[in-house]
Amino acid sequence: MVFSDLLTIWRNTGLEFSEIILAQEMMETGRDPVAVKRSLKYLMDVMLEEAQKNFGKPFKTLTGLTGNNAAKLCASKPRVLSEFNWVATVTALSMAESNAAMGRIVACPTAGSCGVMPAMLYALRNVKEADNEGLLKAFIVASGVGNVVAKKATLSGAAGGCQAEIGTATAMAAALMTYYFSHNPETVGHASALALKSLMGLVCDPVGGFVEVPCVKRNAIAVNVAIACAEMALAGIESVIPFDEVVEAMYHVGRSLPESLKETGLGGIAATRTAQKLVESIHKTLNSGSET
Amino acid sequence: MGLLEVAGPIMVGPSSSHTLGALKIARFAYKLMGIPEEVTFVLHGSFALTYKGHGTDRALLAGIVGLKPDDTRVKDAFAIAQSYGLKFNFEVSDLGEVHPNTVLVKAKRGNIYNEVRGSSVGGGAIKINQINGVDCDLTGEFPTLVILNRDLPGALRGILECITYNIANVYLRRVNALEGLALTIIELDSNIDDETLKKLRTNKYVLEIYNVKSEEGENLGIQ
Repeated sequence: MVFSDLLTIWRNTGLEFSEIILAQEMMETGRDPVAVKRSLKYLMDVMLEEAQKNFGKPFKTLTGLTGNNAAKLCASKPRVLSEFNWVATVTALSMAESNAAMGRIVACPTAGSCGVMPAMLYALRNVKEADNEGLLKAFIVASGVGNVVAKKATLSGAAGGCQAEIGTATAMAAALMTYYFSHNPETVGHASALALKSLMGLVCDPVGGFVEVPCVKRNAIAVNVAIACAEMALAGIESVIPFDEVVEAMYHVGRSLPESLKETGLGGIAATRTAQKLVESIHKTLNSGSET
Repeated sequence: MGLLEVAGPIMVGPSSSHTLGALKIARFAYKLMGIPEEVTFVLHGSFALTYKGHGTDRALLAGIVGLKPDDTRVKDAFAIAQSYGLKFNFEVSDLGEVHPNTVLVKAKRGNIYNEVRGSSVGGGAIKINQINGVDCDLTGEFPTLVILNRDLPGALRGILECITYNIANVYLRRVNALEGLALTIIELDSNIDDETLKKLRTNKYVLEIYNVKSEEGENLGIQ
């Protein structure tokens, strides 16, 4: 199912868009829409619970390359960021660092990009006092957007680069915010397309292969991209290229990226002199340190 | 893949291939035989190179003591394993022509010994591709019976006659010609009931049987 098909159903029926997505899921997987909605609510609740628990905390991550970023931003008064952006950014850092410290996360859509969606959810709930039902509908729509990417392209950094992971997370988060405020699936399509286009070509280049550098900070940047794209779409700005075609383009870009830029830790910033020195020292520490 | 796989699962970080997948492989061995007294994890390829920095070691230990993929105690798996008195060991070795993220779990309890080899194939999905030396291709999402049986004419029929559930896959191989032993791996669509298990246990061809159950929502971390 492509996004334009979902839009056609919506235009023809005028049904609540999140219900259309759940009905489509039933057609494709045979899963009971009520059960799927309940499971999605549970996933959303876990994200919000973990965001609350981890907000601005320091973490001891597996390699120590990250772990204090959320705490630093949380302790710093923002100069220009709005409260909404600041809360979202702190949350994204917190969840991505919790992930690197073996905390509990929701891989929405992947572990490496697990900070973006909870950041948007948490900022909407805590800064905009979003109601749960509205948030859940928007979350279902966001999951539908992610599902379009999964079906037509890939969510895997190893297969498509970071654009497939963080790019999709950003498109989903933009969809979430846009649907929450507009209830308009067409606006959602524009926001998601703008977001995915913004991160088109982003390579997966983790230092040492570890999900820390640059992954943690990319989550934080990504949610701000999502906010800006949603805000543009809500203002009526349209993506010239429809979402489905952007997804196809992202897939082709991913296919043409060399292996060194797809989660191998061999290219991009992972191949820098500093990165290689760090990795050498991490391996020494890990191999000499105690197991516990 | 559907909405729930995109929006989830719930897991502990940092990586679906290196923690979630690894945990699920070890947990398969746990579901096969319970918590062992001794376990050796033989790590291959990318697992061998990066298992410490990715927490794969803790994920494997968590799985072998039965923790679920979304259990917040996964990071404390070394201490938990020690509290069970589990003797564990990590080895690095070349397992041959297998997926880069492959681990061989060798587990022992009393006179029970099992080997499970699995690969973490991406996004937290796994393939159990060898059990006790017999090749198979299991996702770990469906209930599986692992049966050590007599290598005699009619043995497979005798075993399958006990099972009224729909069978998805069967793998059978002679494992010891001298002692007349074969291993049968049966992947099912649903968990078997106690009565069926009892029938199988008392079946004249069956020497050992392991019932690897699947639990609803287990692989999504959803209750």
